[in-house]
Amino acid sequence: MAVTSGKGGVGKTFVSANLAAALAKRGHRVLVLDADLGLANLDVVLNLHPKVTLHDVFTGKTTLDEAIVKAPGGFSVLLAGSGMVEYSRLTPEVRDEFLQVVRTLIPRYDVVLLDTGAGISDVVLFSVSLASEVLVVATPEPTSLTDAYAAIKVLATQQKRQHVRLVINQTSRPGDGRAITTQLQQVLDRFVTNSTGRSIRLIHVGDIPADTSVREAIMRRQLLMANAPNCPAALAVSELARKLDETVISATDHAIR
Amino acid sequence: MELRDLHLGSACALLQQEMPPEDIPEPAAYLQTVIDGLCDLSLRDPLTGLSNRRHFNTVLEAEVDRVARSGEAALLLLIDIDHFKTVNDTHGHPAGDEVLRVVAKTLQACVRPMDTLARYGGEEFVVVLPSCQPSFGHTVAERIRRSIENTRIPLGTGVMLQVTISIGGAFALQWIRSTTELWTDRADQQLYLAKTSGRNRLCLEPPPESQVSAEEKNLLFGHLSAADPAWIDMSSGAANGGAGQR
Repeated sequence: MAVTSGKGGVGKTFVSANLAAALAKRGHRVLVLDADLGLANLDVVLNLHPKVTLHDVFTGKTTLDEAIVKAPGGFSVLLAGSGMVEYSRLTPEVRDEFLQVVRTLIPRYDVVLLDTGAGISDVVLFSVSLASEVLVVATPEPTSLTDAYAAIKVLATQQKRQHVRLVINQTSRPGDGRAITTQLQQVLDRFVTNSTGRSIRLIHVGDIPADTSVREAIMRRQLLMANAPNCPAALAVSELARKLDETVISATDHAIR
Repeated sequence: MELRDLHLGSACALLQQEMPPEDIPEPAAYLQTVIDGLCDLSLRDPLTGLSNRRHFNTVLEAEVDRVARSGEAALLLLIDIDHFKTVNDTHGHPAGDEVLRVVAKTLQACVRPMDTLARYGGEEFVVVLPSCQPSFGHTVAERIRRSIENTRIPLGTGVMLQVTISIGGAFALQWIRSTTELWTDRADQQLYLAKTSGRNRLCLEPPPESQVSAEEKNLLFGHLSAADPAWIDMSSGAANGGAGQR
C-alpha cells in the first residue's frame, strides 16, 4: 500500500509510521519503506540512525537483510539513505533495482507501506504504481485539498486506478472528512473520467482529529501510538488500522490462500 | 584480383556511383564503403528514400530508453493516407507511387532534423519526435496534416491530385514504463479514432492532466469563500485607505 499526498507536510510519514505500529499491534508483519528515495523523514519521525541503508544495498556494500531495521512499535523499516538523493532522477537502473527490492520484500510481510513523496513527480508516480492500494493523506485546508485532487486526477487518468482511499488528517469536527470526500468525489465525477468512461471512486477510510498530543509526540520524536495511545488521534489511527485490516488486508490474504 | 573487381563492381552498383579506376580506395576504406552501402540499403525504403520499418524500430527502442533517462517527453505519430486504395484504383499504381513519394517529401519538410520519419508500410508513415513537450505536440501534428492537405500532386497525365492524412499520436513520458509495442499501440488506437471520426484529422492521446482549473477549484471551495466576507472587506478597505493617503 502506498501512502501519498498532493502536498507535503500533511502528515504522510506520521500516518505511515503510526499506522504501521497500529497494524503491528494487530499481529501483522509490517514493513515501512522510504519510497521517496532519501527525502522521506521516516528516520526523523522514528528517531532512527541506521548505519546501513538502501543506498548501501544498491551500491553493493551490504545485503538487503542488514539494511532493514526494527522500529519502536514492532514493525520493520527500510530507509533509503541520504545518498539516494543523487538518484532523485529516476533512471531505468534505479527503477529496476528498486522494483527488485520491493518484489523481494513483499512475500516476507503481511503489509508493506510505501512512504512516498508528495505531489506528482515521476518518483512518486512510479512508487505508487507498485502498490495495489493507495492511501491519500490530506488536511482540510484548500491548498492541501487542491493538490490532493490533482494527484488523484493523475492516478485516475495515468494509472487507471479504479479507487483510492482517503484519510483526512487534522480535522476539527467529526464528519469533516466525510464531507470533504463527498465534495472531492462530486468534482472528480464531473471532470475526471478514465478511458472506460468511469470516474475514480474515493473511499473515505477515516479522519484523524487535530490533537495536541500529535505535536508533542513528533517533537519528542516518538510514535504517537507509544507516547499517547489513548489520545483521540491515536484512537483514530487504531480505528484506521482496524478498517484497513478488515477491508484490504484480510481480503488480500484470502485471495492469496 | 578478379574477385576484388567483382566485389568493387557490386559495391559500385549498390551505391549507384560511377567510380573511375584511380578513385578505387584502399582496402579498409573500400570495405567501409561496401558496409555503408549495405547499411544504407538495409535501412531505407527504396520508393520514398525514407527510413524503413527496420531502422525505425531501432530508433524507437533507443527513444524509449532516452525518455526514461532524460525525462524529456517524446511524441510518436502514426500517419495514414486517407482512401489511398481509391488513388490506386482510379489512377493506377504508378500514380499511387508518385503520391507516396510526394507525401514522403512533404512530411520530411515538416519535421526537424532530429526527428525520424519512416515509411511504416503501405500508405502508412511514422514519425518519432524526441524532446517534444505535450504542449507542442498538437501544433506539430496539425502543421503536418495541413501541409499535406495543401499539397497538389501533379500526375504525368496532367491531373492534379490532392490527398489528406489521418494522424494518431501518443507521448512517451518518463514515469510510464513503456515499450515500443505499448507506445505504438497507444498511437495506433488514436489513429483508429482519427479514421473512424471522419479522416483528415489528428487525434493525440491526452497527456496526464494535473492542472486544476478555476472551475474545478470553484466547485471544490466555492462554498468556503462565501463564509468569511469580513476578510475580503478588510483587505479592500486597507487598499483603499492606502490609495487615499497618497
